[in-house]
Amino acid sequence: MWLWLLKRLAGLLITFWGITLISFFIIHLAPGEPISPMADFNPKFTPEMRERLRAQYGLDKPLYVQYLKWMKGLMTLDLGRSFAPDRRPVWEKIKERLPITLLINVLSMIIIFVVAVPLGVASAVREGSLFDRVTTVLVFIGYAMPGFWLALLLMMLLGIKWHLLPISGLHSLMGYEQMSFWEKVLDWAKHLIIPLFVSAFGGLAGLSRFMRSSMIEALRQDYITTARAKGLPERVVIYKHALRNALLPVITILGLSIPGLVGGSVIFESIFSIPGVGQLMWQAVMARDYPVIMGNLVIVSVLTLLGNLIADICYALADPRIRLGGR
Amino acid sequence: MGGLGEILKNLIRHPLGLAGSLIVFTLVLVAVLAPVVVPYNPLAINVAHVLEPPSRLHPCGTDLLGRDVLSRLIYGARISLEVGILAVGISLAIGVVLGAMAGYYGGWVDGLISRFIDIMLCFPTIFLILAVIAYLEPSILNIMIVIGLTSWMGVARLVRAEFLSLKEREFVLAERALGASNLRIIFHHILPNALPPILVSATLGVGSAILVESALSFLGLGVQPPTPSWGNMLTEGKDTLEIAWWLSVFPGLAILITVLGFNLLGEALQEITDPRRQGVSKS
Repeated sequence: MWLWLLKRLAGLLITFWGITLISFFIIHLAPGEPISPMADFNPKFTPEMRERLRAQYGLDKPLYVQYLKWMKGLMTLDLGRSFAPDRRPVWEKIKERLPITLLINVLSMIIIFVVAVPLGVASAVREGSLFDRVTTVLVFIGYAMPGFWLALLLMMLLGIKWHLLPISGLHSLMGYEQMSFWEKVLDWAKHLIIPLFVSAFGGLAGLSRFMRSSMIEALRQDYITTARAKGLPERVVIYKHALRNALLPVITILGLSIPGLVGGSVIFESIFSIPGVGQLMWQAVMARDYPVIMGNLVIVSVLTLLGNLIADICYALADPRIRLGGR
Repeated sequence: MGGLGEILKNLIRHPLGLAGSLIVFTLVLVAVLAPVVVPYNPLAINVAHVLEPPSRLHPCGTDLLGRDVLSRLIYGARISLEVGILAVGISLAIGVVLGAMAGYYGGWVDGLISRFIDIMLCFPTIFLILAVIAYLEPSILNIMIVIGLTSWMGVARLVRAEFLSLKEREFVLAERALGASNLRIIFHHILPNALPPILVSATLGVGSAILVESALSFLGLGVQPPTPSWGNMLTEGKDTLEIAWWLSVFPGLAILITVLGFNLLGEALQEITDPRRQGVSKS
């Protein structure tokens, strides 16, 4: 297992290096340079000032020097300063928003897993039944549903028409300070219900579909026939023998679905005004705040990479062929 | 598995396939004939009929500027299809070339390309698209290109796998023994055999490209007003959520049905062309 882990880590480092290369490539091959948005619209901007600014940002050095400098910054989490008037360091801006995005994504992953696995198993066990057909239709609709539209519909019905749930922000604006701890928790939970539902919805359809086919595949194996033949109750056959094997590929899929999930944060965070990394990205793109955009891109991809690593480790722990092999 | 005619025949017999084909066919027809079938000019502002709910004159109501929503939806279909099809064209071109090279040549070429695919898959697509869009003007053309450039990885993996298995087959070995060049083997002998799964993934790809475009336009980073796109119509819907439900409901429904159509068509094509994988419901 340790050898396997070491190999994975080496692969991870190469991938990480690739991520930085591509990000750097986007920064530099895109038309216009990072200082032009400040310069192009400012009539008082003289060519000399542009040169001075170029030197200040290190844009006059050869490309590989710039890359090394940028990498060095990245290693110490120095991602430059925002172009916004506050001129704060990019990492500070990301850092204060990261926990919220992570919380929502981890919670929605748990929801996806807890709902999709039983749903997929139930469909697979009753393959072809009415239940299976209905879930199949729902899965197709789930695949095609634009998340932001679902968000709008829920806001319209639950928030505006029936006044059941708040539709924006992370907590109430008025009276939040006076609340007791549990009231605050309840307030947060209320605000998070719709965003969590929206963020989990798309992944739910995909994973339950995958769980279903993985389970059908597992139920067709010889060892299932053997287990049934020796008279084990159906419950044991399904949950002990088939499910264990069917779950393995699901772990990998869950890992692979991280980028999509995180990408979704941009959409629902800007809709629900949740101050997370996704909203920061959207605001930065609207304001052409390049350091923030690139910092976001790198941090989010590195987090995705770490998520994949965690999924890999879970896979290794669950799969005896890896856990016991190579000792 | 026969030719195109056979596929079409099987598609019509397949319930999901029939539903998908009907949706896609209607959509294409409406989009092509848009100037003829629209009841009103989609850009015509009419201050006398602002925010009217659906009626016989305006089946989907009117928007903040009194424009007819149905006409705007019909022109939106054009944009969505254009973006979907061209973005998929770009991603197919990249994916097929890289996947074919990786699968056919193997060795370090494969190692390099596969690693590149892994790296690209680590970027959350929306973040990558936004980062590139930030440097460009948000125009329809740019959006198609960026979506195409960030969505080829699935196709590349698929083509690679097909090539890996096909290149060892007898007809390919025979061609090589006869002295056919690599390019000839790739394009004349292996690629045609790998077409069905590529077709399936392209069909599904149009659906997801349309979803991405609508999300970008909704965020104000895609198709810019006054050009109608389903995504930017929903932005307006969001602002009038309390007073005009029809501005949020109809464009979203249009996206849902369109993407559903392409997904059903893709799944049906997969079942028809690949008897090994029975993906969807058994009908």
